[in-house]
Amino acid sequence: MNACVAKPQKKRIQAVLAHASGDKRFKILEAHMKKHQYRQDALIEVLHKAQELFGYLEDDLLLFVSVKLKLPPSRVYGVATFYHFFQLKPQGEHACVVCMGTACYVKGADKIIDAITAQHKVRPGETSADNRLSLLTARCIGACGIAPAVVYDGTVTPRATPESALEQINQWMKK
Amino acid sequence: MILNDLILLKEKQQAARKKIVLRCCMAAGCMSSDSKGVKERLEKAVADAGLQQEVEVRGVGCMKLCCEGPLVAADPQGALYVRVTAENAPSIVAALNGGRASAGQTDPQAPFFAQQFSIVLANSGVVDPERIESYIAADGYQALHEVLHEMTPKEVVETMVKCGLRGRGGAGFPTGLKWGTVAKSSGTRKYVICNADEGDPGAFMDRSVLESDPHSVLEGMAIAAYAVGADQGFIYVRAEYPLAISRLQVAIKQAKQMGLLGAGIFESPFNFNVDLRIGAGAFVCGEETALMASVEGKRGTPRPRPPFPAESGLFGCPTLLNNVETFANVPTIYRKGADWFAAIGTEKSKGTKVFALAGKIKNTGLLEVPMGTPLRKIVEEMGGGAPDGGAIKAVQTGGPSGGCIPAQHLDTPVDYESLGRLGSIMGSGGMIVMDDSTNMVEIARFFMEFCMDESCGKCIPCRAGTVQMHHLLNKIASRQATPRDLKKLEELCDLVRNTSLCGLGQTAPNPTLSTLRFFRNEYDALLQPDPHGPDRTGHAHKHELATK
Repeated sequence: MNACVAKPQKKRIQAVLAHASGDKRFKILEAHMKKHQYRQDALIEVLHKAQELFGYLEDDLLLFVSVKLKLPPSRVYGVATFYHFFQLKPQGEHACVVCMGTACYVKGADKIIDAITAQHKVRPGETSADNRLSLLTARCIGACGIAPAVVYDGTVTPRATPESALEQINQWMKK
Repeated sequence: MILNDLILLKEKQQAARKKIVLRCCMAAGCMSSDSKGVKERLEKAVADAGLQQEVEVRGVGCMKLCCEGPLVAADPQGALYVRVTAENAPSIVAALNGGRASAGQTDPQAPFFAQQFSIVLANSGVVDPERIESYIAADGYQALHEVLHEMTPKEVVETMVKCGLRGRGGAGFPTGLKWGTVAKSSGTRKYVICNADEGDPGAFMDRSVLESDPHSVLEGMAIAAYAVGADQGFIYVRAEYPLAISRLQVAIKQAKQMGLLGAGIFESPFNFNVDLRIGAGAFVCGEETALMASVEGKRGTPRPRPPFPAESGLFGCPTLLNNVETFANVPTIYRKGADWFAAIGTEKSKGTKVFALAGKIKNTGLLEVPMGTPLRKIVEEMGGGAPDGGAIKAVQTGGPSGGCIPAQHLDTPVDYESLGRLGSIMGSGGMIVMDDSTNMVEIARFFMEFCMDESCGKCIPCRAGTVQMHHLLNKIASRQATPRDLKKLEELCDLVRNTSLCGLGQTAPNPTLSTLRFFRNEYDALLQPDPHGPDRTGHAHKHELATK
């Protein structure tokens, strides 16, 4: 693949590989690729692992994956941007995910989002200016029996209200 | 492993069964209300009371009444405790000897439980999903043994055709026909895929089945693989379901250790491996061709059919693709026989269906009923009607591909055809109840926004059409639309429905069309008079263009 890559990009790939050699996380990622025998159809599994290790998928990381799996960078970038689960920007210190499935929606999940947006000036999908809070929405986390559900840093909380959500976020902000 | 080992293991499990079993729900819903803490405290309380010899504390899957979780059941006393906290645990153990429990109780004979008919959920809330022995004790893997040693693949397919099972993913395609087509396809390699990409917002049946009874899905897949001649299976599961993923990983590992997956299953020449593929949040991947693209590590975009996956699917090989619930039905069908299964349900829709009841309703949770059960029975009798004395306005089935069934049609029996006649679909089983405070135009807009965001962008009708329809619905909701806009919306719905490439686009207009059909007055109330007078023939519009 390298043969047909333009010169500036070749340089960049070399820089990425040089940078990667000094970072342990890249080694773990490569071990994961090895586990999948560098199969190209394991791309999504590899990206899951990369996001787990690095928190988000920056361009150089995607380039590293593309070199190692011998895939065109466009294909890796295309997959990373297609799926909602992959984040291409750094996330805030804390993540508040509001479920916007139908059951949560009819029980007032939109009001929870409005309240957080109004108080913390952060819209769904964004991270606050001080990088402390990311507000995200989920399509449905399958917790419809306890709607509306909100996930605070990975912990699902049942029967949320605008007040309970703001209280939790304020607790984060105090620390 | 051979049959004797299986029977021995089963008998050993049954003999080891303690006198009293405290079942504690460990599905995702209850786990979010600290059922893990409850279980630990129960174990401690049992140890403190010195009852380890008589009482077993068992973590089980979903006990169905999710809104009252965490749930704890005591057998054989038959008590069902609701909203249990860790503090209640000692009193629940004390209640086994005639004390009084401090936790609330509900009647396990209430219509919500008593009217259910369990096939898929038979083990849910009973077996420990993290122990294969527990599944084997409940007759697990017996059907696989029987199929491998006493039936030819052709007979397996014939039984499936005879039982009349139809795909539970939504479209209702006859499962036996699908199996037969894949079995007949020629190819050196064939695949079996389980679609666990439960993307419909408001549906959580597949999550519950995977969390509560993962081995039934694995056994169902193995039987299917034997029938069609496949040796490799994939389960495509959403990344949003971490608990289901970890339970599946445990289940696959245990089944491999026991020789129930892998090479030479039950000492027969049949090999079958299952790998997990984790989705990454794309609704369109529920569509079969998009799902296969995703399993191949590509963008999840659908492709035109034919060729159908049964002829050319994953990596170009014949592929059998079924939903979680379909596979979960399979072991019971072979254990109890096709005739037994075919006697349940209606003439065209056999068996049972699991529904996830949620929204503005008293009892939210999972329920499994025979096909043909009237909607009213599900919603009013079992679901307990709207909370706080409100009136039910509509029931939404089928998620963003389905429609809203108004209260006057609640007597409709639930089967594929009846729901289709009302402009909705069976879907995967999400059932969202709406009361009179729900604005139907908002609901249509909510679903259209969903489809707009989730459109993969491959075909123009869906990519551009959903944006325009969403724009028109926004305009209507903000009281800026005229009757002409509504007409345009209806035309667009028709166009997108008939010209989109895959199911996402073809069904995206359904929520809008069904709310227009039954709640048109809500749309009309938001419309502004047309500044150029009524537009019956379209002349006014042409005139307007001409003057511009």
